[in-house]
Amino acid sequence: MLSIKNLHVCIDGKEILRGINLDVKAGEVHAIMGPNASGKSTLAQLLAGREIYKVTAGSVHYLGRDLLAMSPERRACEGVFLAFQYPVEIPGVSNALFLKTALNAIRKYHRLPELDAMDFLTLVRERMKRVGMDEALLLRAVNEGFSGGEKKRNEILQLNILQPRLAILDETDSGLDIDALKLVADGVNDMRGADRAIILVTHYQRLLDYIVPDAVHVLSQGCIVKSGGADLAKDLERHGYNWLETGDLIKQIA
Amino acid sequence: MHVQPQSWQNVELSLVPDALAGHDSPWILAARKTAFKRFSEHGFPTKREEEWKYTDVSLISKRGSLAPDNIPPDAPSEAKLLAWALSGEGMHLMVFVNGHFDSELSTIDDLPDGVQLSSLADMLDGDANLPESLFSQQHEHTIFAALNNAFVTDGAVLKIAPDTVLETPIYLFLIASGHGVAIYPHIIVMAGENSSATVIEHYMGTLDAHNFTNAITQINVGAGAKIEHCKLIQEGPAALHIAGVHAEQSKDSSFTSRSFVFSGRSVRNDITSSLNETGCLCTFDGLYLLDDKQHVDHHTRIDHIAPCCTSREYYRGILDGESRGVFNGKVIVHHGANQTDAHQTNHHLLLSKQAEIDTKPQLEIFADDVKCTHGATVGQLSDEGLFYLRSRGLDADTARSVLIYGFANDIINRINTPYLRQRIEHLLLDRLPQGDMVKELL
Repeated sequence: MLSIKNLHVCIDGKEILRGINLDVKAGEVHAIMGPNASGKSTLAQLLAGREIYKVTAGSVHYLGRDLLAMSPERRACEGVFLAFQYPVEIPGVSNALFLKTALNAIRKYHRLPELDAMDFLTLVRERMKRVGMDEALLLRAVNEGFSGGEKKRNEILQLNILQPRLAILDETDSGLDIDALKLVADGVNDMRGADRAIILVTHYQRLLDYIVPDAVHVLSQGCIVKSGGADLAKDLERHGYNWLETGDLIKQIA
Repeated sequence: MHVQPQSWQNVELSLVPDALAGHDSPWILAARKTAFKRFSEHGFPTKREEEWKYTDVSLISKRGSLAPDNIPPDAPSEAKLLAWALSGEGMHLMVFVNGHFDSELSTIDDLPDGVQLSSLADMLDGDANLPESLFSQQHEHTIFAALNNAFVTDGAVLKIAPDTVLETPIYLFLIASGHGVAIYPHIIVMAGENSSATVIEHYMGTLDAHNFTNAITQINVGAGAKIEHCKLIQEGPAALHIAGVHAEQSKDSSFTSRSFVFSGRSVRNDITSSLNETGCLCTFDGLYLLDDKQHVDHHTRIDHIAPCCTSREYYRGILDGESRGVFNGKVIVHHGANQTDAHQTNHHLLLSKQAEIDTKPQLEIFADDVKCTHGATVGQLSDEGLFYLRSRGLDADTARSVLIYGFANDIINRINTPYLRQRIEHLLLDRLPQGDMVKELL
């Protein structure tokens, strides 16, 4: 589904990704772990189409097509979804209007009839219940004044409503207490399916207790330095977090 | 002040009043002459005057005659259509064409008891029981008030008896059409104790109108009364509009002014309220969407004269093209006005590199124990917000429009009259790319 080859990416002349190779097949869940500033979020945002990053070499293909040539909205319509690490507040725009606009933009792209207000509300209410979100948040401005947990749940709600083919979750677990983490994990597990791929960008192993990945990759200084199965995350966990700062362990286990 | 000899001074006032309302009445003639003398002596304000630093009125002085038309043209058909729609909304509607009341297009027959609404010209020509103090403006906030006083053709006089609640808004629809017309409306609202009403003043010009409109609105808010004044400016692209809205508030009264500007070449609104007795609440809201070379200047002033009054001011402007906005928000807390609670914010969104905003909150405090705050921001559309929306499938245009709509929504949401709220919402979205799509989703 997703094929990244020798990807090099710069921002402001500084190289952040330095030759990433990654293949993700439909039905798989991949976890990308690594220390701060290793390039995890850059990769996640780049895949969603953030234009501040410059690709200097390499390619990304999604369902056989050149992903990098597509606008962010085209990617979304084609089924790429990024759950943001820091969901953006949109003052003055209700969450309901936002969700409806997004859903109908994608349905329109696929020449499906737009949902009317009733059908939309029925759908949203049901999905909100599933991700444990208070219905009152529907009438509030997008993410404005939401707690950290509410913002993350709002991302999972969008994921559930928009039903993408490729979901990228950028540190969706950070800042969540254990109950919220379980709800988010349930929301993601709900989405697992044979024709869908999920990439989890995470700092900690703890999310992977609830969402068991098919593959784990360790990103350090813009390169994938180690790939393995679900056990790799456990190995990293056992060795503590010092390696996050020093990178020593990466050398050790690499 | 030294007066430059200019073409407008060739207007011999004595030739004009014969055709203006109230010409049979000596006191009205005298008031007009006094006002004109005052205006002539002062002349047009220049940019050297602090209050007029950013707004160039030379476009008006270059126009030639300042005298109003005697005979109004027929209302343009689009205005007739809107008037028809408005009366269908059940509004108490008064239509003015180039400053003259058009009784045929108006529907003011079914006013409730205790509400008197008349054309100012009818009152001046009839056995006017209009007090001279209301006609000759006591508070001459700008020199344009004097010019209005000299040339006023017509307007509306609304008198609401004590304890009368007017559920349906009074809708004053003022149409401008034609070349070189000067329009001088004067609106007077007298709200009795504990009365309540909403007055909407809607200025609309045709695309080819080259009008200079100089309007004055005076509002007396009686004790415990609740008055809301909404002003919507949709002047033609060449129109010049200079106006004052001036309220006087009595004990425990509430006055709300909402100012919306969507078009017009150059617009200046002076909006003031005087909180004369304790317990008053004053709210000023404003929203403008500018483009091309439009110029819109709001000078607001709230005078906290009595103690224990509250004022709130929220202004937002969206500027595109080479437009220019000016916001000057003055709050004066006078000596003795203790326990004043005043809060003001203004936010501006610049959509182009050529657009410009001059914004100045101005608090002058001469009392103790007061709570006064203000905040101003000038910004652009957030890149992160645009990316967030686009990453959910919204195309770039729609994403921009949604963000702009969100920015304006803070002001739109507070409009109490559903008809007006929807109208403003649509006026905004009609101007935004893909606005129709957003409209459908609301």
